[in-house]
Amino acid sequence: MQPSIRDLIKKNKSKSSSVNITERVMPIILLLMASFSILVTIAIVFTLLRETIMFFTVVPIWDFLTGTEWFPFFGNDPSYGIWPLVSGTFTIAAIAMIVAVPLGLSSAIYLSEYASEKKRKIIKPILEVLAGVPTVVYGLFALTFVTPLLQVFIPSLPIFNALSPGIVVGIMIIPQVTSLSQEAMNAVPQAMRDGALALGATRLEVALKIVIPGSFSGIVSSLVLALSRAIGETMIVATAAGSTPRLGFNPTESIQTMTAYIVQVSMGDATFGSTIYYSIYAVGMMLFLFTLLMNIIASYFARKYREVY
Amino acid sequence: MNEKRIVIDDKKINRRRMYNKTGQVLFFLSTVFGMIVLATLLVRIFTQGFDYLNWDFLTSYASRRPEDAGIKAAIAGTVWVMGITIPVSLVLGVGTALYLEEYAAKNKFTHFIELNLSNLAGVPSIVFGLLGLTVFVRTFAMGRSILAGGLTMSLLILPIIVVASKESIRSIPQEQYEAAYAMGATKWQIIKTVVLPAATPGILTGAILSLSRAVGETASLLMIGAMAFIAYLPDSIFSSFTVLPIQIFNWAGRPQAAFQSVAAAGSIVLLVILIAMNSVAIIIRNKYTKRY
Repeated sequence: MQPSIRDLIKKNKSKSSSVNITERVMPIILLLMASFSILVTIAIVFTLLRETIMFFTVVPIWDFLTGTEWFPFFGNDPSYGIWPLVSGTFTIAAIAMIVAVPLGLSSAIYLSEYASEKKRKIIKPILEVLAGVPTVVYGLFALTFVTPLLQVFIPSLPIFNALSPGIVVGIMIIPQVTSLSQEAMNAVPQAMRDGALALGATRLEVALKIVIPGSFSGIVSSLVLALSRAIGETMIVATAAGSTPRLGFNPTESIQTMTAYIVQVSMGDATFGSTIYYSIYAVGMMLFLFTLLMNIIASYFARKYREVY
Repeated sequence: MNEKRIVIDDKKINRRRMYNKTGQVLFFLSTVFGMIVLATLLVRIFTQGFDYLNWDFLTSYASRRPEDAGIKAAIAGTVWVMGITIPVSLVLGVGTALYLEEYAAKNKFTHFIELNLSNLAGVPSIVFGLLGLTVFVRTFAMGRSILAGGLTMSLLILPIIVVASKESIRSIPQEQYEAAYAMGATKWQIIKTVVLPAATPGILTGAILSLSRAVGETASLLMIGAMAFIAYLPDSIFSSFTVLPIQIFNWAGRPQAAFQSVAAAGSIVLLVILIAMNSVAIIIRNKYTKRY
């Protein structure tokens, strides 16, 4: 009772037609999934844009971009000048970079030029853990440990200040600076190091005169990415920096960043459709544009160093 | 004359050696600094929160009195949100990665998708929160629900899952494909029977790592309106909710020192969960990843 050849061919044909359908349908489904990420970007830009335009129908865009006072909660006479929030954001970012750049680059040099394979295998996972600590825990750490510690040295430091969260944001981005810079340094060919060492250079000279110039654009890229993260960081500053929008760069005062303002409004009871409600989109738009610009600059430099080797 | 020059060179070499040694020590100390901070943070959070950490803390709801406060609702909320985020982000992420690695032609559109993904990865999470608030909470009228929170979180970690999945798929050697083609397999059959099984450990590792980021994520859910004072367990994906990090943030912001200790206790639980997730990811990576 074996099936005839004809039946077998028929069976195979019907099977292969169903195979054919999957072959044709799956790429389309996968393409749609891949296109979804573009939809997300469009949605982000569209929502930010729409609500920001609503905001600018109430508050003139010129006042927003040039104003130096940010008092949205002054019932009768609110003022929406973005600069205090921008200066707060950049105070935090500057302190963070002052902490993260020297420490992060030094450890990148150590890991890439000095450390043995064994030490690297111990150190890198520890840095990964440091990178994996949730920002809200860092915020608690800044508020209940770093601030009191700083107050020992600066007795006049208020509980909410820019210095403590700035330092902690810096600590948070150290692992990112280290791992991305180390990656760039690793891309420098070993032959170049060997050549310098053979000419009698010390490891320090190799690092400073061969490796860093050779991976310069990659290092710049990692620093710009880290800066972008410091600008977008929310929970640490919302916990420990206070909520006093203030124009200036004094790290020992309470300030407010763009992100912290958005958090403050979302936790309060700003009614849907009020000017304050729309203002968070305008601030979010600024934040989005800043970080987008940073990311574009970073990927420009990253591409440059990838082209070299 | 000759001897003198050698002596001078000696001095110079010694100086250069000294610089090298100093540099090495400085670089090493900078590396150690990060570890010291991590150790300080862990010890600090642990000693601060240890007194409040007990079985009651895990099984009671939030409270106005610090000694009665617990994280039952927060843990339940985290689990529910992950229940939405895991399937959505995995399906979308792996699908995108498969398309980019297996089907996409090297054209401008593909390049645009890749560029777009890397830019999305750099968007601050609070901006994703604004997106979720507008699109999910308002436009699709999901309200301040678990569903809205879970979907927002999926979008947030999507770029990370795509990158991890792509790397895992790319590491499959060409011979595997060729062998399958030689057996007469079609493209989709190869993906189903060769690519996905071989890439699964890598995808899982990446997925767990990005989910651990989602578990600790606060800002975007704060925008969605996850509340901190919830005295019931969610019963559907449309329930309002709170999650562990938001509960911690709420306690940390209170003026009483006791509540900050409660926040530290919550942080211990959060860190333990994250370390457990990371350990699982590392075990999968070490045990199941094939080396070709």
